[in-house]
Amino acid sequence: MAGIEDLYREIILDHYRSPRNRGELPVPPAHKVEGFNPLCGDEVVLYLDVDPASDTVRDVKIAGQGCSISQASTSMMSAAVKGRPLAEVRKLIRAFKALMSIHESKLEGDGEGDGSDLAAELAGVRLGDLEALQGVVKFPVRIKCATLAWNTLQQALDETAQAQA
Amino acid sequence: MSALDVATVKRDFPILERKVNGKRLVYLDSASSAQKPLAVLDAMDDSYRRHYANIHRGVYTIAEEATAAFEAARRKVARFVNAPHAEEIVFTRNATESINLVAYSWARANLRAGDAIVLSHMEHHANVVPWQMLAAERGVELRWVPLTSDFRLDLSDLEALLDGARLLAISAMSNVLGTLNDIRPLADAAHAHGALVLVDACQYVPHVATDVQQWDADFIAFSSHKLCGPTGIGALWSRLELLEAMPPFLGGGEMIRDVRLDGFTTNDVPWKFEAGTPAIVEAVGFGAAVDYISAFGMDAVRAHEVSLTGYALEALRDRFGESLTIYGPTDLDRRGGAVSFLFDGIHAHDVSQVLDEDAVCVRAGHHCAKPLMRQLGVPATTRASFYVYNDEADVDALIEALAKAQKFFAV
Ligand SMILES: Cc1ncc(COP(=O)(O)O)c(C=O)c1O
Repeated sequence: MAGIEDLYREIILDHYRSPRNRGELPVPPAHKVEGFNPLCGDEVVLYLDVDPASDTVRDVKIAGQGCSISQASTSMMSAAVKGRPLAEVRKLIRAFKALMSIHESKLEGDGEGDGSDLAAELAGVRLGDLEALQGVVKFPVRIKCATLAWNTLQQALDETAQAQA
Repeated sequence: MSALDVATVKRDFPILERKVNGKRLVYLDSASSAQKPLAVLDAMDDSYRRHYANIHRGVYTIAEEATAAFEAARRKVARFVNAPHAEEIVFTRNATESINLVAYSWARANLRAGDAIVLSHMEHHANVVPWQMLAAERGVELRWVPLTSDFRLDLSDLEALLDGARLLAISAMSNVLGTLNDIRPLADAAHAHGALVLVDACQYVPHVATDVQQWDADFIAFSSHKLCGPTGIGALWSRLELLEAMPPFLGGGEMIRDVRLDGFTTNDVPWKFEAGTPAIVEAVGFGAAVDYISAFGMDAVRAHEVSLTGYALEALRDRFGESLTIYGPTDLDRRGGAVSFLFDGIHAHDVSQVLDEDAVCVRAGHHCAKPLMRQLGVPATTRASFYVYNDEADVDALIEALAKAQKFFAV
């Protein structure tokens, strides 16, 4: 049985209590995207400033409210993508989602999801602190709390790309 | 102390013997759905094992037994809310369907663009969305009774709100705040303006003696599953002449008198509103639940919950003081046993997650009352709610688990 210590790892609580990169950025040049979790009311506000010359995340700020998992995940995401090339950020999003869904399908007991595609996807991507969120998958109803920030980031990237196209 | 012997009551509920995470199950989510006593489980089991057949029309013995049990359940439910006639009870799927029945049948036949419906800020989505759907379709205006700072209905503008209104649809008890609304004066005021009154009594009927005649309302909706009965069945009460004048809701078998190629005529009330094979065994369970709860005496049930709610409110205040906000009236006479609260700086979902470790079941979220949550300015609350099987030890377990959560998330 999974204990709450698996869910609320110290590093998660630390990000929850002292969120990184909290604040706002001027829009433009930054792009602002809001993500909502309609079921529980969690809210993530993301300001993403992409440098078009180098295709890197020049700066990122976050705001919003919600449970510790959603807010810690947002904080950790902001720290993980700041200053990183967009290609790496996209890979990180895929790796993070894979991390969540591998375990989702394992919970269903279908034996899928630990295939080589996902292994390849994860290989070479350093998740660092984000690995602390792995425990969330043992609490299926909370997975959506952890992924909210990442879906919002994905949307911000898509909208930024559209704006620059 | 109340006359209810909770130690004995607990033994009536098999699920309360369960352990979760190695701990005794502390079930504090009855406002969401109540647990089921053996009396209900056995009645339903017996029905399936010995008396099961489709009802009405069958001439063989077990079909007659099933029909008799179904109609006996209707009489029990009618008596439970002091309805003058058993035929005034329409079986539905739940309170939500009861309200929708009124919205589709009575309201669509009687309301036109420009008519107004008065609701309140403390309504459950079940008593909001059907009216919003109607408003969008028919151009009906929705008006809202606001709340006071002490979580009651603010009736200061009631007369103006009721002016030109055709319906007042209001809950007898808020599932979030626990607030009890005094229905009779509201019904009198609405009737004086020519408006009908629908009472969402989903949280009220299981906990407080209900007398539809004393209320003098026109429609009353409630569910079996919050009354220790099964899911899948609920009731709409309305006056016979009103039900008779209303067009049918769903069409099909059972609700007709005659069907020809060029049309149909409807069955008598209440069967006119019960199209298709109904929830037969669930009705039997509903009747058994009514018997089970009635046996305590509704005054004893209410006294028990008043005492337990008082104990809980005091314990929450003593232990957590300013760090915890309670959303609901403090006056025990004016509230029921649903207690919503929020720790300063700790999200409701995190609190209930930690409580689950100790097998303490509470609900966290918007409780299907998002307009109310917006008024309160919070995204979610944690809610503990009580019923006949809860005692002070359950409240103590809640307090200890909450203390653990507070320590865990200490900001
Ligand atoms: C006040 C109130 N009204 C209506 C409902 C809807 O009841 P049901 O889901 O059984 O239709 C509920 C249930 O939570 C409620 O608390």
